[in-house]
Amino acid sequence: MTPDIYKETILDHYRHPRNYGDLPNANAQARDANNLCGDVIEMQVRINAKMIDDVSFRGQGCAISMATASMLTEFSKGKPVSEVKKLEKDDLIKLLGADPGPARIECALLALDVLKTAISAGQGTKVPKEERRK
Amino acid sequence: MTLNVTKIRTDFPILKRKIAGKPLVYLDNAATSQKPKAVIAAIDRYYQEYNANVHRGVHRLSEEATIAFEQSREKFARFIGAKTSKEIIFVRNATEALNLVALTWARANLRSGDRILLTEMEHHSNIVPWQMLAKEKGLRIDYVEIRDDGTLNWENFEQLIKERPKIFSLAHVSNALGTINPVRQMAREAHEMGATVIVDAAQSVPHMPVNVADLECDFLAASGHKMLAPTGIGMLYGRQDLLEHTEPLMGGGEMIKEVHLQGARWNDLPWKFEAGTPNIEGVIGLGAAVDYLTKLGMQNVREHEKDITRYAIERLANVKSLALYGTREIEKRGAVISFNLGDIHAHDLATILDTQGIAIRSGQHCAEPLMERLKVPATSRASFYIYNTRREADILVRALEKAAKMFKI
Repeated sequence: MTPDIYKETILDHYRHPRNYGDLPNANAQARDANNLCGDVIEMQVRINAKMIDDVSFRGQGCAISMATASMLTEFSKGKPVSEVKKLEKDDLIKLLGADPGPARIECALLALDVLKTAISAGQGTKVPKEERRK
Repeated sequence: MTLNVTKIRTDFPILKRKIAGKPLVYLDNAATSQKPKAVIAAIDRYYQEYNANVHRGVHRLSEEATIAFEQSREKFARFIGAKTSKEIIFVRNATEALNLVALTWARANLRSGDRILLTEMEHHSNIVPWQMLAKEKGLRIDYVEIRDDGTLNWENFEQLIKERPKIFSLAHVSNALGTINPVRQMAREAHEMGATVIVDAAQSVPHMPVNVADLECDFLAASGHKMLAPTGIGMLYGRQDLLEHTEPLMGGGEMIKEVHLQGARWNDLPWKFEAGTPNIEGVIGLGAAVDYLTKLGMQNVREHEKDITRYAIERLANVKSLALYGTREIEKRGAVISFNLGDIHAHDLATILDTQGIAIRSGQHCAEPLMERLKVPATSRASFYIYNTRREADILVRALEKAAKMFKI
């Protein structure tokens, strides 16, 4: 039996991450680590008129954390900042197309945390930590 | 066969569980062991028949509870070869045992500029308490290096011990690599240099004969839940003369002989260090666990684990792209096997194995400095115990081969 979370699309994003590397003309970035497993994700964004013009990421970690980061960059490119800031755990599960379960959802949330921190930095506001995981 | 594993397996109700429709293959014993019916029943009996506080009442229930409680202490004292049960202090876990030594004996006996010697393979619980004390008192900490095969670098140890550290504290068996350290040999040299020797035996006491006199250690920390007993019970062994000259950490009931408004007199060993109502069910469960292991015979337990470790390593070594950490010499290692499969992250591997009913640990194993030394972000760890079989090692290997296929490595 193949666990749902390791289906083709996720493994494909893990093996071939989209929007990986430096973003020219980025106007904000953020970086965070999951100390429990050592996953590290860094994201750069270019925000223009309340829209996410472009976004890139870099990092190392498990398939779930890397694939989520990759999928999130694809998803949020060209989207209004307000829409991305509203993303929650359930939206991530929808995006991944599978629920990684209570332990591994943390791996997916790291990418979302970093993205939200980056776009908040781009807007000159800070997201309180407890707000991020709503 | 050194153990009757078929019979043993019937003693552990949880092993009948199915995970995702598959029989549970529990290979996370270095994290915690499963519990046999005898331990569960002993706790049940305590609550159903003689639940009472210990060392307090003169009524029948309290007497019975106190006897069972102190008998468990004696059993454990015998189990690790302590001279007297006064040398056994009950705490919450091995971590607390190590912290207790740091906060009492070490805090009172070390001065600014003194050195503490640890090793690179220590669990965080044998690093952080010393770092905290070092910060408070201005101590210096050195670490014995490990070689690439996961054993300690003896030459490096000889150099560092000549610096005359006041404390040499090391794991008997590494929780991440399984390495068995030559504690007795090292303790001798350490003692010659005037060090006090502390052994983190959380990963050895459940798995092999351990005798504090043979190890020649001064303090030893152990954990109940890794040796069939419940969580929440840990044991500190301390040489009687050291404990007698050490002030307690916590004050309260149980640890005093007399209390007046202007002061108090401490109780005798070991109760001096056991303020407040203890974890009675945990201690009673520990007594039943010691009985169970004693009946099996710790040498038999060790032989069984050697057999399964040898077999598992042989099989794992043939899995394509699988990196094994730690020495291949069975005499020098316990039943803990750390590995990585290609570039699959340990957490991904653990999740995939979980869907096959296999429970392993993944991550840094509370040994971040060791992971840095090995230059890996994390490893997967399979750890075996008395109820594990060669067949389960086969199931692990097959599941790993499937995972490799899935990740196309």
